[in-house]
Amino acid sequence: MKIKQLSVFLENKRGRLYEALKALSDANINIRALSIADTSEFGILRMIVTDPEKAKEILEKNEFTVKLTNVIAMAVKDKPGGLAESLKYLYDANINIEYIYAFVEKSGEKAVVVLRTENLDKTISILQDSNIKLLTWDDVLAL
Amino acid sequence: MFWNKDIECIDEEKLRELQLERLKTTIKRAYEKVPYYKKKFDEAQVSPDDIIKLEDIRKIPFTSKADLREVYPFGMFASPLNEIVEIHMSSGTTGKPVVAGYTMSDIEIWAEVMARCLTMAGTTKDDIVQVAYGYGLFTGGFGVHYGARKIGAMIVPASAGNTRRQIEIMKDFGTTILTCTPSYALYMAEVAQEMGIESTTLKLKAGCFGAEMWTEAMRTEIEKRFNLNAYNIYGLTEIIGPGVAHECSEKKGLHVFEDHFLVEIIDPDTGDPVPDGKRGELVLTTLTREGMPMLRFRTRDITSIIRDKCACGRTFVRIERIRGRTDDMIKVRGVMIFPYQIEKAILEVQGVEPHYQIIITRPQHLDEIEVMVEMSKETFSDEVKHIENLRRKLEKRIEDITGIRVKVTLVEPKSLPRSEGKAKRIVDKRSLHD
Repeated sequence: MKIKQLSVFLENKRGRLYEALKALSDANINIRALSIADTSEFGILRMIVTDPEKAKEILEKNEFTVKLTNVIAMAVKDKPGGLAESLKYLYDANINIEYIYAFVEKSGEKAVVVLRTENLDKTISILQDSNIKLLTWDDVLAL
Repeated sequence: MFWNKDIECIDEEKLRELQLERLKTTIKRAYEKVPYYKKKFDEAQVSPDDIIKLEDIRKIPFTSKADLREVYPFGMFASPLNEIVEIHMSSGTTGKPVVAGYTMSDIEIWAEVMARCLTMAGTTKDDIVQVAYGYGLFTGGFGVHYGARKIGAMIVPASAGNTRRQIEIMKDFGTTILTCTPSYALYMAEVAQEMGIESTTLKLKAGCFGAEMWTEAMRTEIEKRFNLNAYNIYGLTEIIGPGVAHECSEKKGLHVFEDHFLVEIIDPDTGDPVPDGKRGELVLTTLTREGMPMLRFRTRDITSIIRDKCACGRTFVRIERIRGRTDDMIKVRGVMIFPYQIEKAILEVQGVEPHYQIIITRPQHLDEIEVMVEMSKETFSDEVKHIENLRRKLEKRIEDITGIRVKVTLVEPKSLPRSEGKAKRIVDKRSLHD
C-alpha cells in the first residue's frame, strides 16, 4: 500500500525547478502529482511519477539530490468534509502528519491525497480498518 | 622504508653538529654573496662570526615574503646567474611573485629530499608514480619528478588538470603512487564515479598530498575513496619546493629533513621562540642551498614541533600537520578562525566529504560569516524540519569550534566551485579600507 514518491532538493535559484522538470520530460516521465515545500532558502519538490527509479537516475545524472520516500495515497470523496473525515481517524490514533498534498482524479469523483506520517504502517492499518480506500501502485499508474 | 637510513636515523648529537657547521657556512655565504642579507645583518649589527651555537640563529633577522619581493627577481641569489640552472616561482596572488633559483647542487638536494618523501610513502623503483601536481613555474610537478627519477620509478608526468584523462591513465597504466593536492584527489574521486570507474579498484597504494592545507577528515575520505595510504607532504617555493617535510608510516606528524632545513617555531606577533608542542609560525632556514640561501624565512604556516622519538626510527623532529596560515586566518569580529575548523565541524555533522565555501561580509559595521555547504545525498531528507535541523546542527557545531556564530546555507551538490589546484574556500567580501 506504500507508494514511492520522488523528492528533490532545490536551491532557491532561477531555473532549478524548470531544469528538474525538463529532465523528466526529456525522459518521457509523466508526473501524476506534485507539491513543493518551500522555505526562504530552499525547496523540496515532491512528486509521484510513472517511473520513480528511472526518474531518480535521470535527476541524479543531472546533479540533483534525490530521494525516494514511501508515502500513502488515499482516495477521499470529492465533497465537503471528505478529507477531514479521513484525518479524524489519524487524529484519534495520535498519528502526526509530516506533510500532505492532494489532487483530483480525472473523473472528478474522488480526490487523491498523498500523505506521509510519522508511522506509515500504523497509518495504513488504521485507514484500512476505517474503510478508507488506499491506492496501490497500479491504481496510481491508472489515474 | 628509508631512502637514506644513515642520515634519517642519525644520532641526534651528530645531527646538531652537522647543522651548526652547515648553518655557519650558509650564513657566511649569504652575508658575502647577497648584498641584501649583508645590509640586513649590518642594520641589525650582527656578523656571521656571532654564530657560535645553533641557538645563535635567533640573532639573525627574519626574512619575509616582502623581502623577497623587494629583491625581485634575482636579488636573493648567492650564485652567479650562469650557475643557476632552474627557476621556479610562487603564484604571487598578492603582489609580485617570489622567484627561486637552483644550482645543479640544489636540484640534486631537491631530488634527494623528494626521494626520501616518496620512499616514506612506500615508493620503490617498481612503482608507477603519477605526478598530478602542475609542472611549470610551480614547484610541485618538478619536485616530485626529480625525486621519483632518483628512485628510478616509472614517472607519469600528467601535470594537473584534464581530470578524465588522469583517471583513464590511472586505470590503464595501473598507477600505484598518486601525487597531487588533496582537494584535487577528492575531485578526481568524484569524476571517477561520474565515469563509472570504481575508484577503490584502481591499483593505487599510496599518495603524497600537499601544497594546500587539509585535514585528517580529508585523509580518511581520500583513503577510503581510493583505497590507498594518504601521506602529508610539506614544502614551499622559497625553501626548495615540496620535500621539506613528509609523514612516515606512523602518520603522526611530518619529519623535517633537518640535515637540509633548520626549524624554528615563533610567536607570530613577538618573533620569540615558542616551546615544543605549542603552536606558532614555522620559520625555516636552508642549510645546504647554494643558489638561494634562505635565512629564517617566515613561512606564515602555523604548526608546532613534536620532539618525542618516533616509532619509525627517524631522529628528525616532526611538525604537526599545518594548522593554518597566519595570512588566511580569518579575523572575524576580532576572533581568529581557520577554514579547517569549519571543515571539521561540517564533517562531524554530515559525515561525508565536505564541500563548502566561507563568505565573509560586513553589511553594516559587524562582520558576518555565511558558510555554504553542499547537501549530500546521505543527509538529504524530504522533510523540511530535518533539513532545518541539519542546518542548525551545522551552525551550532561551527559555533562550538570557532566561537563565532555563522549562518549556514545548504546548497545543491556540485554547485560550489571546484578547483583543480588550491581550493578556494574563503571569499572575503568585506571592504576593509575604512
